[in-house]
Amino acid sequence: MATPVLSLRGVTKRFGGLVAVNAMDFDVTEREVVGLLGPNGSGKSTTLNLVSGALPLTSGNVSLWGNRISGLPAQAINRKGVSRTFQLVRLLPSMKVRENVMAGAVFGHRRRWGHDARDHAEQLLEKVGLGGKGDMSLGQLTYIDTKRVELARTLASDPKVLLLDEWLAGLNPTELKIGITLIKSLRDEGRTIILVEHVMDAIRSLCDRCVVMAAGTKIAEGTPTQVLSDKEVIRAYLGDDDA
Amino acid sequence: MDILITGILLGGTYALIAMGLNLQYGVARIMNLANGEILVAGGYFAFIAYTAAQLSPILTIFLVAPVAFVLNWLIYRVMLQPLVNRAKNRGQLETDSILSTFGLSFIGVGLMLSFFGGDYFSYSFMAVPVELLGNTYGANRVLSFVMAVLICGALYIWLNRSRSGLSIRAIATAPASARLVGIDVKNLSALAFALGGAVTAVGGALISTYLTLDASTGVVFTLKALIIVIMGGVGDVRGTIIAALLLGILETVVASLLDPGLTLAAAYVMFLGILLFRPQGLFGKKPT
Amino acid sequence: MSLTGTDVRNLCLAAFAFAICALLPFGDNGYWLGLGVTIAMFTTLATSWALFSGPTHYISLATAAFFGVGTYVTGLGIDILPFWSLVGLAGLIGAVLAALVGLATLRLSGVYFVIFTLGLAELVRQVITWVQNNTGQKGLYVLTDLDEAGIYWWLLGLAGVVFLAGWLIGRSRLGFALRIIGDDETVAAHSGINTARAKVLLFMVPGAVAAMTGAVLAPRYVYIEPSLAFAPILSFQVVIMALLGGASRLWGPLVGVIPFTFLLEAVSSNFPNQTTLVIGIAFLVIVYLLPNGFVGLLDQILHRVNTREAS
Repeated sequence: MATPVLSLRGVTKRFGGLVAVNAMDFDVTEREVVGLLGPNGSGKSTTLNLVSGALPLTSGNVSLWGNRISGLPAQAINRKGVSRTFQLVRLLPSMKVRENVMAGAVFGHRRRWGHDARDHAEQLLEKVGLGGKGDMSLGQLTYIDTKRVELARTLASDPKVLLLDEWLAGLNPTELKIGITLIKSLRDEGRTIILVEHVMDAIRSLCDRCVVMAAGTKIAEGTPTQVLSDKEVIRAYLGDDDA
Repeated sequence: MDILITGILLGGTYALIAMGLNLQYGVARIMNLANGEILVAGGYFAFIAYTAAQLSPILTIFLVAPVAFVLNWLIYRVMLQPLVNRAKNRGQLETDSILSTFGLSFIGVGLMLSFFGGDYFSYSFMAVPVELLGNTYGANRVLSFVMAVLICGALYIWLNRSRSGLSIRAIATAPASARLVGIDVKNLSALAFALGGAVTAVGGALISTYLTLDASTGVVFTLKALIIVIMGGVGDVRGTIIAALLLGILETVVASLLDPGLTLAAAYVMFLGILLFRPQGLFGKKPT
Repeated sequence: MSLTGTDVRNLCLAAFAFAICALLPFGDNGYWLGLGVTIAMFTTLATSWALFSGPTHYISLATAAFFGVGTYVTGLGIDILPFWSLVGLAGLIGAVLAALVGLATLRLSGVYFVIFTLGLAELVRQVITWVQNNTGQKGLYVLTDLDEAGIYWWLLGLAGVVFLAGWLIGRSRLGFALRIIGDDETVAAHSGINTARAKVLLFMVPGAVAAMTGAVLAPRYVYIEPSLAFAPILSFQVVIMALLGGASRLWGPLVGVIPFTFLLEAVSSNFPNQTTLVIGIAFLVIVYLLPNGFVGLLDQILHRVNTREAS
């Protein structure tokens, strides 16, 4: 079997006495879309933070194509090809939309600059549905548009692995359809994606495989259909009565 | 050995001064760079009370504390609360409060220069030798140390055993959460700031019994208080006390064995060491 | 590098302005030239200060320390090396010193940085005083044939270099990286920016410039001693002037330097004991009235004008 793109082995994170992530093990193969699911507080976003380097691991390791990336600073991990969006959209308020996207392209492993970076940013804005809006300032954008800008920025570094932290959260039904289509197009391009999500429709239509967490531990792994009918998973989300 | 004791005596008073800043920075989240000027003002107060009215500094403390309390409370309400309200994040509040308290510090020095001139002032109070563990020390230093211990002890007990003290510690740990459990963060922050100022002024009155001060020495004390607070871990009372004692001992060692002119350099080297190897201080929590 | 029409126009205007300023020593040799030297000095210091503190929002009070080091480089080397090499040497030493300070403190929050730089000038002054007390040397004489006009032209040249450097950095990757860091450091790290290195690199600029300024001004003092060379008040003056003008634009500090210099001149001639008070009030004005300096005020006015036109 080919080396998985991303490998987590025994990944653990402790905050004082609280174990937020407990010995997580899973692999992500190339071109796969993996959903990381679980009720609130189960440690999903923390796991993403550990992969992207935003938080240091307490123990265990994370590897990218067999090479260890855990322990490296976030900027090094990004340069190796791991890119992410944030649970609360983080944009750069002093810059216009285009420059926000360029920020992702200039320092990544392809280091674009000048016209090259500008054209690249324009292409990405087209792709995420913001074509022609490069000169707008952030205050003029709708909520889903801000998410699109962040996604474009994340794509700007030509990442090998994309980490989406509840990217579909807070969208109304129309926006949700648009969002799911957009991520579908990314999947069809052959990108490797880890999705932390709550929205069930999205999970069923986007994910090849799912990993379910509860209280920091992995409780199930398999296709969406498998995990969503798993007794443990139902108990974790809804409690004992519905299992 | 006597260096050790002299250092501890000095450190005790330093602890009092740093405690004031600890309350202001740890709880009210204001890095008060005018701290040294409040200290000097407290010293001036004691000086005038002693030379003009023959009032013992021990009694003057009971005058200095409430005056400083009210003054600092006003400063917080009028000048610093608007900054707290308008700051969008903690970094911005810190920058704003640094600039604002710089302004206060300069104005404080300017006012003191106008009223008292630039001369050094000192007075002789209880400068009689006292026998302690085989060596003699100034009674004023010992007394100052004892007072500092009493006040720090009282503060420690209040913070750790009383309900209001618990609220204060809650604000220091997590202000947003404290608000959610019904703690009046605004008023208690003002209270903490005012109390911090009062403690610092009392420290100033005590230190003036055995050190020479003048209008411009405030900044050195501010620096030392900052170093102590950061070394001990912001918001932690035990850390402040221990760090203050360490600084007092280090300074005395350097002054006796090397050169009195290098005390600030020594404090700085200690500060640098902490910044490089343990920036959260001796008792602070390592940022995750 | 591609230059737009606006760029070329701005460069020509700037060059023209510098040429005009260079004529000052021919017009006056006394009071106004002295004032010109002061303004040139503070413009150089404040603009280079803002290059770092503008995008990163870190307040550096280390200016006086670097300045003092520069004056001592000239003071110690004036009999051995030619003047121009001393200025260059000072720049190098200033850059190295800044790198050391930066490496130690820029990984941490802005507050630690401010405190550390606050004490730096005091610290260096104490150490040098101690050294002098123990080696018997009291002060240094700097005797050159460099007159006031010469110093003025040196400073003007240095100011020109600072403006050029600022302009170039603003268009460079480093400048972009720093703007991103100033907006959101987490995003910067996750976009592949080595934030610590970027900050340290940029901090070396005001360090080198302040040292060079000190080296150039040493002949003016003639006799150098620690309390003169390392006056902490210099750091505060530079901060006020830069923030008063506005650190977000390259020409912002210049707008703060000119009025504040005149203000300080007026106060120190008429009420010499109140300069401290004036500085304190200036800080308060900046925090409460002009948080983004005059530049910010201008931006606000323009914004209001534009929105009124649009509606």
